[in-house]
Amino acid sequence: MKPAIEWEIGSDPESLPAVREKLCAFARQCRWPEACTHDLALAVHEALTNVIRHGYGNVGGQPIRIRISKCVTTEGVEGIEVTIRDFGRQIDPASIRGRDLDEVRPGGLGVHIITQIMDSARYEPAEGGGMRLTMQKCPAKLVDPSSAST
Amino acid sequence: MSQANDLSVRIEDSPEAPQVSLRGEVDLRTSPALRTQLLELVGRKPKRLIVDLSHVEYMDSSGVGTLVEIKRHTDRKSVRMVLVNPQARVRSLFEITRLEKFFLIASTIDEALTL
Repeated sequence: MKPAIEWEIGSDPESLPAVREKLCAFARQCRWPEACTHDLALAVHEALTNVIRHGYGNVGGQPIRIRISKCVTTEGVEGIEVTIRDFGRQIDPASIRGRDLDEVRPGGLGVHIITQIMDSARYEPAEGGGMRLTMQKCPAKLVDPSSAST
Repeated sequence: MSQANDLSVRIEDSPEAPQVSLRGEVDLRTSPALRTQLLELVGRKPKRLIVDLSHVEYMDSSGVGTLVEIKRHTDRKSVRMVLVNPQARVRSLFEITRLEKFFLIASTIDEALTL
Protein backbone atom coordinates (compact mmCIF):
# COMPACT_ATOMS: atom_id res chain seq x y z
CA MET A 1 0.00 0.00 0.00
CA LYS A 2 1.24 3.48 -0.86
CA PRO A 3 2.76 5.04 2.26
CA ALA A 4 1.11 7.99 3.95
CA ILE A 5 2.51 11.48 3.44
CA GLU A 6 2.66 13.92 6.35
CA TRP A 7 3.88 17.46 6.35
CA GLU A 8 3.30 20.85 7.93
CA ILE A 9 2.44 24.16 6.29
CA GLY A 10 1.95 27.69 7.59
CA SER A 11 -1.50 29.25 7.77
CA ASP A 12 -0.88 31.32 4.65
CA PRO A 13 -2.97 31.33 1.46
CA GLU A 14 0.30 31.09 -0.50
CA SER A 15 0.75 27.58 0.92
CA LEU A 16 -2.38 26.24 -0.74
CA PRO A 17 -1.32 25.66 -4.37
CA ALA A 18 1.55 23.40 -3.28
CA VAL A 19 -0.85 21.37 -1.12
CA ARG A 20 -3.17 20.92 -4.09
CA GLU A 21 -0.27 19.77 -6.26
CA LYS A 22 0.80 17.22 -3.67
CA LEU A 23 -2.73 15.90 -3.30
CA CYS A 24 -3.25 15.64 -7.04
CA ALA A 25 0.04 13.77 -7.44
CA PHE A 26 -0.98 11.33 -4.70
CA ALA A 27 -4.44 10.75 -6.20
CA ARG A 28 -3.02 10.25 -9.71
CA GLN A 29 -0.61 7.66 -8.37
CA CYS A 30 -3.66 5.92 -6.91
CA ARG A 31 -5.13 5.96 -10.47
CA TRP A 32 -7.88 8.39 -9.65
CA PRO A 33 -9.67 10.03 -12.59
CA GLU A 34 -8.87 13.69 -13.12
CA ALA A 35 -12.30 15.04 -12.10
CA CYS A 36 -12.21 13.20 -8.74
CA THR A 37 -8.62 14.31 -8.21
CA HIS A 38 -9.59 17.93 -8.76
CA ASP A 39 -12.60 17.61 -6.44
CA LEU A 40 -10.44 16.14 -3.67
CA ALA A 41 -7.95 18.99 -4.01
CA LEU A 42 -10.78 21.55 -3.93
CA ALA A 43 -12.30 20.05 -0.75
CA VAL A 44 -8.94 20.08 1.03
CA HIS A 45 -8.27 23.62 -0.20
CA GLU A 46 -11.63 24.71 1.29
CA ALA A 47 -10.87 22.97 4.59
CA LEU A 48 -7.49 24.71 4.80
CA THR A 49 -9.09 28.03 3.90
CA ASN A 50 -11.49 27.58 6.82
CA VAL A 51 -8.58 26.84 9.17
CA ILE A 52 -6.74 29.97 8.01
CA ARG A 53 -9.83 32.19 8.25
CA HIS A 54 -11.68 30.83 11.25
CA GLY A 55 -9.19 28.69 13.16
CA TYR A 56 -6.38 31.23 13.04
CA GLY A 57 -8.34 34.42 12.25
CA ASN A 58 -6.20 35.08 9.13
CA VAL A 59 -3.01 35.18 11.20
CA GLY A 60 -0.24 33.75 9.02
CA GLY A 61 2.61 31.45 9.92
CA GLN A 62 0.63 29.22 12.27
CA PRO A 63 1.09 25.46 11.99
CA ILE A 64 -1.25 23.18 10.06
CA ARG A 65 -0.39 19.50 9.78
CA ILE A 66 -1.66 17.50 6.82
CA ARG A 67 -1.67 13.75 6.39
CA ILE A 68 -2.71 11.91 3.22
CA SER A 69 -3.07 8.16 3.12
CA LYS A 70 -4.92 5.41 1.35
CA CYS A 71 -7.80 4.01 3.35
CA VAL A 72 -10.54 1.43 3.23
CA THR A 73 -13.96 2.76 4.12
CA THR A 74 -16.46 0.98 6.35
CA GLU A 75 -18.09 -0.23 3.12
CA GLY A 76 -14.81 -1.91 2.17
CA VAL A 77 -14.05 0.50 -0.67
CA GLU A 78 -10.53 1.82 -1.18
CA GLY A 79 -10.17 5.57 -1.05
CA ILE A 80 -8.01 8.40 0.22
CA GLU A 81 -8.08 9.83 3.73
CA VAL A 82 -6.92 13.35 4.48
CA THR A 83 -6.39 14.59 8.03
CA ILE A 84 -5.94 18.27 8.79
CA ARG A 85 -4.78 19.21 12.29
CA ASP A 86 -4.56 22.80 13.45
CA PHE A 87 -3.75 24.44 16.76
CA GLY A 88 -6.15 27.34 16.48
CA ARG A 89 -9.53 28.08 17.99
CA GLN A 90 -11.55 25.10 19.18
CA ILE A 91 -15.20 25.06 18.26
CA ASP A 92 -18.12 22.74 18.79
CA PRO A 93 -18.13 20.30 15.83
CA ALA A 94 -21.94 20.41 15.86
CA SER A 95 -21.76 24.10 14.91
CA ILE A 96 -19.83 23.35 11.71
CA ARG A 97 -22.30 22.92 8.89
CA GLY A 98 -22.97 24.31 5.45
CA ARG A 99 -25.39 27.17 5.19
CA ASP A 100 -28.75 27.25 3.44
CA LEU A 101 -27.96 27.72 -0.25
CA ASP A 102 -31.38 29.18 -0.98
CA GLU A 103 -30.03 32.40 0.48
CA VAL A 104 -27.59 33.61 -2.16
CA ARG A 105 -24.77 35.57 -0.56
CA PRO A 106 -20.98 35.56 -0.54
CA GLY A 107 -19.21 33.41 2.02
CA GLY A 108 -20.05 30.32 4.01
CA LEU A 109 -19.75 27.95 1.06
CA GLY A 110 -16.62 26.07 2.11
CA VAL A 111 -18.25 23.52 4.44
CA HIS A 112 -20.98 22.89 1.88
CA ILE A 113 -18.37 22.20 -0.81
CA ILE A 114 -16.48 19.82 1.50
CA THR A 115 -19.57 17.82 2.42
CA GLN A 116 -20.74 17.67 -1.20
CA ILE A 117 -17.41 16.37 -2.47
CA MET A 118 -16.18 14.11 0.33
CA ASP A 119 -17.83 10.84 1.34
CA SER A 120 -17.23 11.68 4.99
CA ALA A 121 -15.88 14.62 6.98
CA ARG A 122 -15.49 14.44 10.75
CA TYR A 123 -14.47 17.42 12.88
CA GLU A 124 -13.24 16.95 16.43
CA PRO A 125 -11.44 19.05 19.02
CA ALA A 126 -7.81 17.91 19.17
CA GLU A 127 -5.94 17.13 22.34
CA GLY A 128 -3.77 20.08 23.32
CA GLY A 129 -5.96 22.57 21.43
CA GLY A 130 -7.09 23.17 17.89
CA MET A 131 -9.21 20.96 15.68
CA ARG A 132 -8.76 17.80 13.67
CA LEU A 133 -10.68 17.18 10.47
CA THR A 134 -10.65 13.69 9.00
CA MET A 135 -12.08 13.30 5.50
CA GLN A 136 -12.43 10.31 3.23
CA LYS A 137 -13.31 10.01 -0.42
CA CYS A 138 -13.54 7.09 -2.80
CA PRO A 139 -13.43 7.65 -6.55
CA ALA A 140 -16.37 6.42 -8.61
CA LYS A 141 -13.90 4.37 -10.68
CA LEU A 142 -10.16 4.11 -11.23
CA VAL A 143 -8.23 4.97 -14.37
CA ASP A 144 -7.32 1.89 -16.41
CA PRO A 145 -3.49 1.58 -16.09
CA SER A 146 -3.23 0.67 -19.78
CA SER A 147 -4.80 4.01 -20.73
CA ALA A 148 -3.06 6.13 -18.08
CA SER A 149 -0.43 8.50 -19.44
CA THR A 150 1.77 8.30 -16.34
CA MET B 1 -2.57 44.15 -17.60
CA SER B 2 -2.25 43.74 -13.87
CA GLN B 3 -1.14 40.60 -12.12
CA ALA B 4 -1.79 39.40 -8.58
CA ASN B 5 -0.13 36.13 -7.64
CA ASP B 6 -1.33 33.56 -10.16
CA LEU B 7 -4.17 35.55 -11.68
CA SER B 8 -3.78 37.96 -14.54
CA VAL B 9 -6.57 40.45 -15.15
CA ARG B 10 -6.88 42.17 -18.51
CA ILE B 11 -9.47 44.92 -18.81
CA GLU B 12 -10.72 46.16 -22.15
CA ASP B 13 -12.28 49.35 -20.99
CA SER B 14 -15.46 50.63 -22.55
CA PRO B 15 -18.01 53.06 -21.11
CA GLU B 16 -20.91 50.74 -21.94
CA ALA B 17 -19.52 47.22 -21.64
CA PRO B 18 -16.07 46.76 -20.11
CA GLN B 19 -14.64 43.29 -20.65
CA VAL B 20 -12.55 41.67 -17.93
CA SER B 21 -10.52 38.66 -19.05
CA LEU B 22 -9.16 36.48 -16.29
CA ARG B 23 -6.34 33.98 -16.68
CA GLY B 24 -5.14 31.69 -13.89
CA GLU B 25 -6.54 31.01 -10.45
CA VAL B 26 -9.31 32.88 -8.64
CA ASP B 27 -8.90 31.90 -5.01
CA LEU B 28 -8.26 33.14 -1.49
CA ARG B 29 -5.00 34.75 -2.62
CA THR B 30 -6.22 36.51 -5.73
CA SER B 31 -9.91 37.27 -5.20
CA PRO B 32 -9.48 40.34 -2.91
CA ALA B 33 -7.59 42.28 -5.61
CA LEU B 34 -10.03 41.11 -8.27
CA ARG B 35 -12.94 42.25 -6.11
CA THR B 36 -11.45 45.75 -5.89
CA GLN B 37 -10.98 45.96 -9.67
CA LEU B 38 -14.49 44.74 -10.45
CA LEU B 39 -16.11 47.04 -7.89
CA GLU B 40 -14.29 49.97 -9.47
CA LEU B 41 -15.72 49.05 -12.87
CA VAL B 42 -19.23 48.58 -11.47
CA GLY B 43 -18.97 52.01 -9.84
CA ARG B 44 -18.82 53.57 -13.33
CA LYS B 45 -22.30 52.15 -14.00
CA PRO B 46 -21.75 50.64 -17.45
CA LYS B 47 -24.69 48.91 -19.14
CA ARG B 48 -22.88 45.57 -18.95
CA LEU B 49 -19.93 44.03 -17.18
CA ILE B 50 -18.48 41.08 -19.06
CA VAL B 51 -16.21 38.71 -17.17
CA ASP B 52 -14.45 36.19 -19.38
CA LEU B 53 -13.70 33.00 -17.44
CA SER B 54 -12.42 31.00 -20.44
CA HIS B 55 -8.91 30.82 -19.03
CA VAL B 56 -9.69 30.41 -15.34
CA GLU B 57 -8.08 27.11 -14.40
CA TYR B 58 -9.11 27.06 -10.77
CA MET B 59 -11.67 28.75 -8.56
CA ASP B 60 -12.51 28.26 -4.90
CA SER B 61 -15.32 29.47 -2.63
CA SER B 62 -13.56 32.84 -2.22
CA GLY B 63 -13.68 33.32 -5.98
CA VAL B 64 -17.32 32.29 -6.17
CA GLY B 65 -18.12 34.56 -3.22
CA THR B 66 -16.46 37.47 -4.99
CA LEU B 67 -18.55 36.90 -8.12
CA VAL B 68 -21.72 36.66 -6.01
CA GLU B 69 -20.89 39.94 -4.31
CA ILE B 70 -20.14 41.71 -7.59
CA LYS B 71 -23.35 40.35 -9.13
CA ARG B 72 -25.33 41.80 -6.24
CA HIS B 73 -23.68 45.19 -6.76
CA THR B 74 -24.42 45.09 -10.49
CA ASP B 75 -28.04 44.14 -9.82
CA ARG B 76 -28.45 47.12 -7.49
CA LYS B 77 -26.97 49.46 -10.10
CA SER B 78 -28.91 47.95 -13.01
CA VAL B 79 -25.69 46.75 -14.62
CA ARG B 80 -25.95 43.46 -16.51
CA MET B 81 -23.11 41.18 -15.41
CA VAL B 82 -22.38 38.32 -17.80
CA LEU B 83 -19.88 35.52 -17.23
CA VAL B 84 -18.34 34.00 -20.34
CA ASN B 85 -17.40 30.39 -21.00
CA PRO B 86 -16.51 29.00 -17.57
CA GLN B 87 -14.53 25.77 -17.90
CA ALA B 88 -15.75 22.42 -16.59
CA ARG B 89 -14.13 22.77 -13.16
CA VAL B 90 -15.62 26.21 -12.61
CA ARG B 91 -19.02 25.11 -13.91
CA SER B 92 -18.87 22.18 -11.53
CA LEU B 93 -18.23 24.57 -8.64
CA PHE B 94 -21.23 26.70 -9.69
CA GLU B 95 -23.33 23.52 -9.70
CA ILE B 96 -22.11 22.33 -6.29
CA THR B 97 -22.97 25.74 -4.83
CA ARG B 98 -26.22 25.86 -6.84
CA LEU B 99 -25.28 29.16 -8.45
CA GLU B 100 -25.43 28.11 -12.09
CA LYS B 101 -28.86 29.73 -12.42
CA PHE B 102 -27.93 32.79 -10.35
CA PHE B 103 -25.28 33.92 -12.82
CA LEU B 104 -25.96 34.98 -16.38
CA ILE B 105 -23.60 32.82 -18.44
CA ALA B 106 -22.74 33.18 -22.13
CA SER B 107 -20.68 30.90 -24.34
CA THR B 108 -18.85 33.69 -26.14
CA ILE B 109 -18.09 37.39 -25.78
CA ASP B 110 -20.37 38.09 -28.75
CA GLU B 111 -23.22 36.31 -27.02
CA ALA B 112 -22.48 38.18 -23.80
CA LEU B 113 -22.99 41.45 -25.64
CA THR B 114 -26.50 40.41 -26.67
CA LEU B 115 -27.82 38.69 -23.53
